Amino acid sequence: MRLLISLLLALGLAACAQQPPKDDSLYRDLGEREGITRIVEGMLINIAKDPRIVEHFVNVDIERLRDKLVEQFCVEAGGPCTYTGATMEESHKGQKLTRSDFNALVEDLQDAMDAEGVPQPAQNRLLARLAPMRGQVIEK
Amino acid sequence: MNTTFSALTLGLGLTVASAAALADNGRLLATGGASSINGAAGGGITPWAVLAGYGEQGEWGGNAFVTRVETGDYRLDVAGGAVSYGNRIELSYARQRFDLGTLARDLSLPGNTLSQDIFGLKVRLFGDLIYDQLPQVSLGIEHKRQKDFFVPNAVGAKRDEDTEGYIAASRLFLGGAFGYNLLVNGGLRYSRANELGLLGFGGDRRDTRSVLKEGSVAVLFNPRWAVGVEYREKPDNLNFAGESDWADVFVGYFPNKHLSIVLAYARLGEIATLDNQDGAYLSIQGSF
Repeated sequence: MRLLISLLLALGLAACAQQPPKDDSLYRDLGEREGITRIVEGMLINIAKDPRIVEHFVNVDIERLRDKLVEQFCVEAGGPCTYTGATMEESHKGQKLTRSDFNALVEDLQDAMDAEGVPQPAQNRLLARLAPMRGQVIEK
Repeated sequence: MNTTFSALTLGLGLTVASAAALADNGRLLATGGASSINGAAGGGITPWAVLAGYGEQGEWGGNAFVTRVETGDYRLDVAGGAVSYGNRIELSYARQRFDLGTLARDLSLPGNTLSQDIFGLKVRLFGDLIYDQLPQVSLGIEHKRQKDFFVPNAVGAKRDEDTEGYIAASRLFLGGAFGYNLLVNGGLRYSRANELGLLGFGGDRRDTRSVLKEGSVAVLFNPRWAVGVEYREKPDNLNFAGESDWADVFVGYFPNKHLSIVLAYARLGEIATLDNQDGAYLSIQGSF
């Protein structure tokens, strides 16, 4: 009986100590960290073959970019990650990216998610998280 | 010789490749819409606020299309095209030919078709279909010239050409329909066109323009497939027959940025005394 009470007490305390549960359903729908890594790598491979925008990535450290994008997508999807990269404005400064460039990248991401078999609603949720960033990315 | 030839082939190949790449630049798939029966980019029976083709800032876009609506008693054939620049301004043209079929036989009319030309101009005022805070809002005008005015004149139409204006707002809500993308369009038209203008403009019952509501809602199951409904209010200017509002349900297929196909089932109600004009709608569009 005493054991049961202390168990309940411990459970109760543990529950109190927890943060309100974060919605990580998108993170799970994207296949968690491994799935997001495959999506990001697929997108970068698509970009490498994309004559519309590949020139913007010529002098970029692709492995670092991959790691930062995985962090960013993970955070946006509600996953247990921390974004350690530069702000969107900083990282795109001087690139003068156009609206068309942004859309080309979206298409390369969509193709990567299709290749990973990400369900359409999950794709749309990630795009809805990324779309508001356009203003911080283009025409800088 | 061989080297020169190879270099030339390579150069040409690169040129073609870069031209192809440019052609696929711009906006996202399906955001150029299909071609409405008036020639402006949009749905089927109403325009959207989007501009023809896939051009973004500094780029051209355009399309060409053919459409047929078949109700059994009547047939409407439309052909036309549109060009746009900078995702800002659109010019469109459509030729409509309305085949009176049954009616021409029953009434022994002198001609069995009614045709008109429609010249359209659409300007995006502000907003963006997907990205900005505000929905995309466009203002359009259409100048219409009815080509066979004998029958329209006989049934009370007042003039064979007229200009009408419309304002349209469009927004794509990402994940807005149970996780699928939701496209919502609404518009107001200021017009006195009888049956699009095929029966002339203004009439013996009413000769002033009316404010007419139109709109559509579509769900995109993926970037290539859309299913939706449309509605278009129409005026009622002629005494000889009632004019019904139009509605349809449609399926749109956008396999790539150069082709779209729209199939619809349209309820067109009463047209020139013949009621219950339901029928099939098919539109095929090429675009860039």
